[in-house]
Amino acid sequence: MKFSKLGVVAVLSVIAVYIRAIYFTPFDALQGAAQKILYLHVPAAYIALYVAFGLIAIMSVLYLWLKDPKLDRVAASAAEVGFLFATVVLITGPLWARPVWGTFWTWDARLTLMLFLWFIYAAYNILRGAIDDFEMRARYSAVLGILGALLVPFIHLSVYMFRTLHPMPVLLKPSAPSMPSQMLTTLLCSIGAFTLLFIWLLRERYRLAEDRDAAMGALS
Amino acid sequence: MPPDELTQSVSRQAPGFLVSVFAIARKDMLIELRSRSVILSALAFAVLAITIFFFAWDPTAVASIDLAPGVLWVIFTFSGLLGLHRSFGVEQPTRAMDALLAAPVGREAIYLGKLLANLGFVIVVQAISLPAVALLYNVPIGNYVWPLIGVVLLAAVGLVAVGTLFSSMAVSTRLAELLLPLLSLPFFVPVILPAAQATARLMSGRAISEVAGYLDILAAFDVVFLVVCTLLYPYTLEQ
Repeated sequence: MKFSKLGVVAVLSVIAVYIRAIYFTPFDALQGAAQKILYLHVPAAYIALYVAFGLIAIMSVLYLWLKDPKLDRVAASAAEVGFLFATVVLITGPLWARPVWGTFWTWDARLTLMLFLWFIYAAYNILRGAIDDFEMRARYSAVLGILGALLVPFIHLSVYMFRTLHPMPVLLKPSAPSMPSQMLTTLLCSIGAFTLLFIWLLRERYRLAEDRDAAMGALS
Repeated sequence: MPPDELTQSVSRQAPGFLVSVFAIARKDMLIELRSRSVILSALAFAVLAITIFFFAWDPTAVASIDLAPGVLWVIFTFSGLLGLHRSFGVEQPTRAMDALLAAPVGREAIYLGKLLANLGFVIVVQAISLPAVALLYNVPIGNYVWPLIGVVLLAAVGLVAVGTLFSSMAVSTRLAELLLPLLSLPFFVPVILPAAQATARLMSGRAISEVAGYLDILAAFDVVFLVVCTLLYPYTLEQ
């Protein structure tokens, strides 16, 4: 596989972040080495929950309005890459939970939300695979994209009525972040590196979508 | 037909919005009433599920009153899916949808008509399975029957609103009936969850004020998804 410049930068920055996370960031006083998975879990969750999903929602609304196939390709790419990141969150979460909470899985509000986000990503990708006609596929997935974006707050609301074990937000809250500054820097770096990784994967997937559509156009 | 009568019928005005909504709902209900194919299988499914769930748990370990809310909502969800698939599936073999689209009715009216018919279907299933569960699981529902009906109806509107839209989408894909539960079930969660919690609280004799929060979520879901699905439905049709 040929790496673009962006790809090289993205992969190198991810490697750099993990060198920093493993060797130059202090251990957590209580959780020890297990806490290091934070630098994979949190940035992946941030991409899956906010960046990729937000992108699908915005592109879906714009597609129904402007009917530009490019918008649909961005949404399709974001859905596949987002699905990947959501899968990473669901794999790293239980691995971290086992030593720290003593269980792989608990039906806590955020875990449930993430699981359902993963289901929506899966449904979106399966729906796309089940339709051949380009224009219809774009319309249907835009409808699902918009409904999915509206669903997330409702799932959040309904599952929040259960008790929660997951820690409250450390970063995105009104008061100052509750984390030592060295760890915080590493976390922010990892979010930056993951954003680069996401943009690179999105761009590669977008090109693939373009090639596929061109090939389909040439066949018909 | 004499010529003057022909012109008269052609020049007749297109029906109003609500008239077309009710006409479409009536058409779907009549088809179901005459064939009774899906409603009977949904009801048979409901009774079978009640029986199977009863034997899936150890009755000496789990009280049947603890099982009842879960059983009730599983039945509503899956029998609802049976009905929802039929909603647009019934138009498929004869391509009747094309005629419906050519008729001088708004596309939103088609959606709302279908929704109304599906709501009728779900309510019939609920009206039979709710007393059946109460009877067979020995749950005395007499004291809170009205709040319970309120919960059930609020949830039914939400389930049918998203389900009708997805039914319209699923029938024209390659996976057809397989895709409907895949698309719908994640959307049923914020309906089933508060509804089942509220049912459980009512059945264990808690005050009605304790379920108010759940009713708020259900009502909010109904309003948001009813409006948005009505607006999005035209996009699921050939343009």
